[in-house]
Amino acid sequence: MFEIVERQELAQGTIVSNWIKAPKIAVKAKPGQFVILRANETGERIPLTMADTDPEKGLINVIYMVVGKSTALFKTLQVGDSYRDVIGPLGAATHLEKVGKVVCVGGGTGIAVLHPITRGLKNIGNHVFAVIGSRSKDLLIMEDRMRAASHELLICTDDGTYGHHGFVTDKLKEVLENNKDIGLAVCIGPVPMMRACCNVTKGFNVKTLVSLNPIMVDGTGMCGCCRVRVGGEMKFACVDGPEFDGHQVDFDELNLRLRSYLPEEKLSYDMFKSAHKCSCGS
Amino acid sequence: MAEETKAPEAPKKEKIPRQQMPEQPADVRRHNFDEVPLGYTPEQAMKEASRCIQCKDPRCRQGCPVEVDIPAFIKCIKEGDFEGAIRKLWEKNALPAVCGRVCPQEVQCEGLCVLGKKDQPVAIGNLEKFAADYQRNHGRDVLPPKAAPTGKKVAVVGSGPSGLTVAGDLILKGHDVTIFEALHAPGGVLIYGIPEFRLPKAIVASECRYLERLGVNFEVNAVIGRSETVDELLERFDVVFLGVGAGLPMFLKVPGEHYIGVYSSNEYLTRSNLMKAYDFPNYDTPLVRGKRVATFGGGNVAMDSARTALRMGAEKSYIIYRRGREELPARKEEIHHAEQEGVEFMLLSAPVRFTGTDDGFLTGVECRRMELGEPDASGRRRPIEIKGSEFMVEIDTAVISIGSSANPLLTKSTPGLALNKWGNIVADPKTGKTMKPRVWAGGDIVTGAATVILAAGAGRVASNSIHDFLTFGW
Ligand SMILES: Cc1cc2nc3c(=O)[nH]c(=O)nc-3n(C[C@H](O)[C@H](O)[C@H](O)COP(=O)(O)OP(=O)(O)OC[C@H]3O[C@@H](n4cnc5c(N)ncnc54)[C@H](O)[C@@H]3O)c2cc1C
Ligand SMILES: Cc1cc2nc3c(=O)[nH]c(=O)nc-3n(C[C@H](O)[C@H](O)[C@H](O)COP(=O)(O)OP(=O)(O)OC[C@H]3O[C@@H](n4cnc5c(N)ncnc54)[C@H](O)[C@@H]3O)c2cc1C
Ligand code: SF4
Ligand code: SF4
Ligand code: FES
Ligand SMILES: [Mg+2]
Repeated sequence: MFEIVERQELAQGTIVSNWIKAPKIAVKAKPGQFVILRANETGERIPLTMADTDPEKGLINVIYMVVGKSTALFKTLQVGDSYRDVIGPLGAATHLEKVGKVVCVGGGTGIAVLHPITRGLKNIGNHVFAVIGSRSKDLLIMEDRMRAASHELLICTDDGTYGHHGFVTDKLKEVLENNKDIGLAVCIGPVPMMRACCNVTKGFNVKTLVSLNPIMVDGTGMCGCCRVRVGGEMKFACVDGPEFDGHQVDFDELNLRLRSYLPEEKLSYDMFKSAHKCSCGS
Repeated sequence: MAEETKAPEAPKKEKIPRQQMPEQPADVRRHNFDEVPLGYTPEQAMKEASRCIQCKDPRCRQGCPVEVDIPAFIKCIKEGDFEGAIRKLWEKNALPAVCGRVCPQEVQCEGLCVLGKKDQPVAIGNLEKFAADYQRNHGRDVLPPKAAPTGKKVAVVGSGPSGLTVAGDLILKGHDVTIFEALHAPGGVLIYGIPEFRLPKAIVASECRYLERLGVNFEVNAVIGRSETVDELLERFDVVFLGVGAGLPMFLKVPGEHYIGVYSSNEYLTRSNLMKAYDFPNYDTPLVRGKRVATFGGGNVAMDSARTALRMGAEKSYIIYRRGREELPARKEEIHHAEQEGVEFMLLSAPVRFTGTDDGFLTGVECRRMELGEPDASGRRRPIEIKGSEFMVEIDTAVISIGSSANPLLTKSTPGLALNKWGNIVADPKTGKTMKPRVWAGGDIVTGAATVILAAGAGRVASNSIHDFLTFGW
């Protein structure tokens, strides 16, 4: 059992942060790696990236957006409650390298995934530009932690309620134009955002890492559910990734496969919501 | 010659036919996940056991990879000494309840039984299952004696039949044993692959609980190579046994494998068995309920997938296989059960490409007819494409069951292991020793995908060698 020791609701309760007791994972985890969690015996195996760790206290931090049944169920877990299973660290760690100047772009909960990578890149001596964005000011997460993890932080909101009025790609382009010597871009967020970022960086010929989030089951390379096409080859995101060269990724295929279970997911979430309404009134 | 003439004279009593295993009727069971065979009654078991003529030089035993003393355990059953039967079985096989159900008996023990020459062989598998089930349901609940603690620590990686056997053997010899399992439940393929209707999960759980009561520690959710490396385990343990199976799914490498509805059998079966997707939405993991399902391949895994599809509500469940009926590698009983339940076999057919809608849903598979040519390296006749014989099959779900190979996750993170060209660990077949000091390996990760009894047998070989090493240092 893996106990929640700290819990926060972010972005008006649409996003939740958990610090979970998982000492073995905490000492091993590296930036870019994820865990798989299961709330209870009937639960799904849900992959979430570790946004942070505290090896001394034996804690890992996951930050998730509530999008369906399982994440809604996670949200009901309070401090003192436990996840039944937490498995990890999984996935290949980010290859952190000193390249000079880098730009890190995050959107939505992708910012949580981006955070340890950004910090890692800064810690080994890169000059780090960070661009983060959300639909609106209230939905932006981890501004302070991202500010600390970078040298220059740029903020964008789709509705202009905070920072630049527009998409992260606008600021990404600006940074690349002003800094011709940028050696690496890391772009993590919703699939359309990552695709758009890759289109921008291609134009500047800057190597770009993205973190892919296909549907997973085991997370150990056993089922093949998480297969993605990269450079024309089939890769398993849970072991070969989740990070890949964004210029090689077939985003169309990823987008398709993410929709595999839409009707089942809706059924499952609707049932959960109607069962839950009676007990907590929300 | 001499042996022929010395064979016991058939006494002039009424010949007992092979006892039929009572089963759920096909039209009932294709809609449920309960076990298909219902099991012998004690009377049936004793009657079947009485068919065995107790050969002095039992051929059946040569057919069993672990040399179960078959006449001896059958004699016990015949005499109603069911506890004696299970003790005999346990001497050679730690998992009789499983093997009685899933061994390919027709090419192993039963395939060599002398009765099979003129009549049907003794139902050795059914008897083995009977003895194990009887013990589980009625047996006295006493644990076998354990040797005094040796203070030696053994790490077993993987909880399939090989790992469970190693753990069971070494705990009785007084060593301290911990099993590390990547998934959230132990049992390996027995829990995530082989379906409930063929091997009830309660049996696997009961085997694991038994080991736990003996003192084996289970650490689930431990992905060795990620959570901890083998070298790190070697710092805490005297020896490490690797029984991680052959879990890497193979794909067909034809266009369209990304369409929604195309699964590897590992995914399809893991969702339905381990995650209990057949009970969705009571369980949260979904599995698309295909109406027209094609399974590619002809082994046990393919039969399991095709029969799972029926139970998930498929109207059509096809097996599409490149070779002919004779070449189907599955157990005979599985093929027979699949046919009874309404699985349709499209033999001598191979997939060319999948088709799908613009939004990514599978709609069909184009296949090509094959004919059989000369035998290939495996000794089986090689399928050859017939040009221009393409045809379409309309399907919404495809399950690819063409085999699995070694998962590199653990081996890549373990320096000093020798691997063969397929990525399997090289280990001495007589001891299970790998090229890395203090590391043993066995089961599918060494042999490539094989059988439960071979994996269990490899576990026994390794546990003997490990015990020698821990006791005498070699
Ligand atoms: C490596 C990896 C890291 C991730 N990290 C984060 C993170 O840090 N924060 C975060 O908010 N989200 C993260 N995700 C996405 C998260 O796993 C999904 O949002 C979650 O599984 C949705 O489950 P649900 O039951 O709540 O919603 P559902 O309604 O079941 O699903 C919503 C959508 O999420 C996707 N999804 C469903 N099941 C899975 C599954 N088993 N695995 C992956 N995706 C699935 C599908 O596209 C689906 O349409 C990550 C995904 C991966 C693969
Ligand atoms: C669907 C299906 C049906 C089958 N039907 C039959 C049948 O009817 N008869 C028969 O004899 N055989 C059958 N087989 C084959 C048989 O199940 C296998 O040969 C046998 O289970 C192999 O045993 P094993 O001990 O080598 O490993 P496995 O049973 O494969 O177990 C390996 C275990 O190791 C775990 N693991 C892997 N990597 C790691 C890691 N890095 N860290 C920790 N744990 C890890 C896995 O999660 C798994 O639980 C079938 C196989 C399948 C898939
Ligand atoms: S273990 Fe398998 S092969 Fe050996 S006797 Fe039992 S059923 Fe036959
Ligand atoms: S070969 Fe057949 S008849 Fe002879 S001992 Fe074995 S099971 Fe009995
Ligand atoms: S999630 Fe199963 S192989 Fe990646
Ligand atoms: Mg879900």
